[in-house]
Amino acid sequence: MSGFETLFGEYNVFGAFWVTVQLTVWGALGALLLGTVVAVCRVSPVGVLQQFGAWFVTLVRNTPLTLIVALCSLGISDVMKVYLADPDSNTFIVDNSFRWGVVAIAVYHASFVAEALRSGINTVPTGQAEAARAIGLSFGPTLRHVVLPQAFRGAIAPLGNTLIALTKNTTVVATVGVAEAAYMMSNMIEFNSSLLYWIFAIMATGFVILTLPTGLLFTWLSNRLAVHR
Amino acid sequence: MGAPEAETQAAVGEPLVVLSGVNKHFGTLHVLQDIEMTVHKGEVVVVLGPSGSGKSTLCRAINRLETIGSGTITIDGVPLPEEGRALARLRADVGMVFQSFNLFAHKTVLENITLGPIKVRGLKPAEASQRAMELLERVGVGDQAEKYPAQLSGGQQQRVAIARALAMDPKVILFDEPTSALDPEMVNEVLDVMVTLASGGMTMIVVTHEMGFARKAADRVVFMSEGQIVEENTPDEFFTNPQTDRARDFLSKILSH
Ligand SMILES: Nc1ncnc2c1ncn2[C@@H]1O[C@H](COP(=O)(O)OP(=O)(O)OP(=O)(O)O)[C@@H](O)[C@H]1O
Ligand SMILES: [Mg+2]
Repeated sequence: MSGFETLFGEYNVFGAFWVTVQLTVWGALGALLLGTVVAVCRVSPVGVLQQFGAWFVTLVRNTPLTLIVALCSLGISDVMKVYLADPDSNTFIVDNSFRWGVVAIAVYHASFVAEALRSGINTVPTGQAEAARAIGLSFGPTLRHVVLPQAFRGAIAPLGNTLIALTKNTTVVATVGVAEAAYMMSNMIEFNSSLLYWIFAIMATGFVILTLPTGLLFTWLSNRLAVHR
Repeated sequence: MGAPEAETQAAVGEPLVVLSGVNKHFGTLHVLQDIEMTVHKGEVVVVLGPSGSGKSTLCRAINRLETIGSGTITIDGVPLPEEGRALARLRADVGMVFQSFNLFAHKTVLENITLGPIKVRGLKPAEASQRAMELLERVGVGDQAEKYPAQLSGGQQQRVAIARALAMDPKVILFDEPTSALDPEMVNEVLDVMVTLASGGMTMIVVTHEMGFARKAADRVVFMSEGQIVEENTPDEFFTNPQTDRARDFLSKILSH
């Protein structure tokens, strides 16, 4: 029996990568939402919001993800007892650590999304927003209908890079016991250390399968959706 | 009130845009100096002046794309609101056509026209589209409705921009050098649309160096220099008999080529 079969037989490889996929999808959605809010704060005419946006990006982007994950899981969840799942449910530990993991990933990558979007906003000529205001759109609708759609299109490439980084960064939540791919890898290395090269091969292949299509999709999208001026 | 002034005003209605004691600085530069100006309903005013004299700033101040330092601007009797919804509502009544067209690059020609009517005026999309098509026909680009702005010529883009302003049923339209960015062969197609609008009774404030348009369509010429309104007159009087040295100097420069 090859090492490959042994590992697939003893470990739920697909299950672990499925958790990675879920972390990626929820984390990315959260990051996109929060990042958009932060980017909007940074371009808003309100001084306090601008400052909040700038602080958020500087603070979060320069903090190691491991620290944010630990803060969420150990600090906020374990010590302050803020739970994101029902403590009486029998899947509490799994659900709670997964959800806090998603929050940490979303918050961390929101800072990168915000920066990507802000650079996207800078590619939109000021005349676009002026024309929108001139037909009577106020700040919110101007952003929603005119500036942000163009900013997203201008930011597709950096957003794609952020998504790829996010996919790989989900491995950090293994440290707080979320049973995703990297968590499985630690177990494999511990109990099947003779199969080290197989383990690495499975992990590398798994992540390439997850990230390669993302890269291709975003390259295609960025050509397809480019705004012609 | 002098006789010639009474004559021009007879053709037009109530005061619509009134600027009174308007001042604006960019840093130490005093770009608008004690501007007094009244534009009546149905009137077409052409603003002339050398580069840097404050024409664009004046235009942009009227729909508050630029704030002013002191003085008041009223539109149809209502002072320009500071910010927020009230300002947005007022801007919907003041159309603006830019030198660089500024069509929404990610929207089709039709969507460019319908955005305001749908989001600001609350029209149903079908209603807005129908109206938009009528306007596009009127400015001669009905067959371009599904294209994106970048696929149109400059002249076509500017006519779409005029249709976009018209779609809001504005009380007044501001034009800031609408033909300056155009290739010469496209200037007339845009001016023709503007002349038609003018003769249809639209109130217009037009910054332009097109003397032909001023002569044909303007009720009044306002001459600016260094942030001040130096001279105001009918086009005929202004072009044939300028009262100030600055106006004479300006006219000699633009009429010499
Ligand atoms: N945002 C700004 N910041 C600083 N100075 C400005 C700004 N906008 C315009 N100015 C200056 O204000 C003066 C008037 O500018 P404005 O654009 O109103 O002139 P204009 O009459 O429209 O000129 P042109 O014929 O070149 O368009 C110019 O000296 C210009 O450099
Ligand atoms: Mg100008």
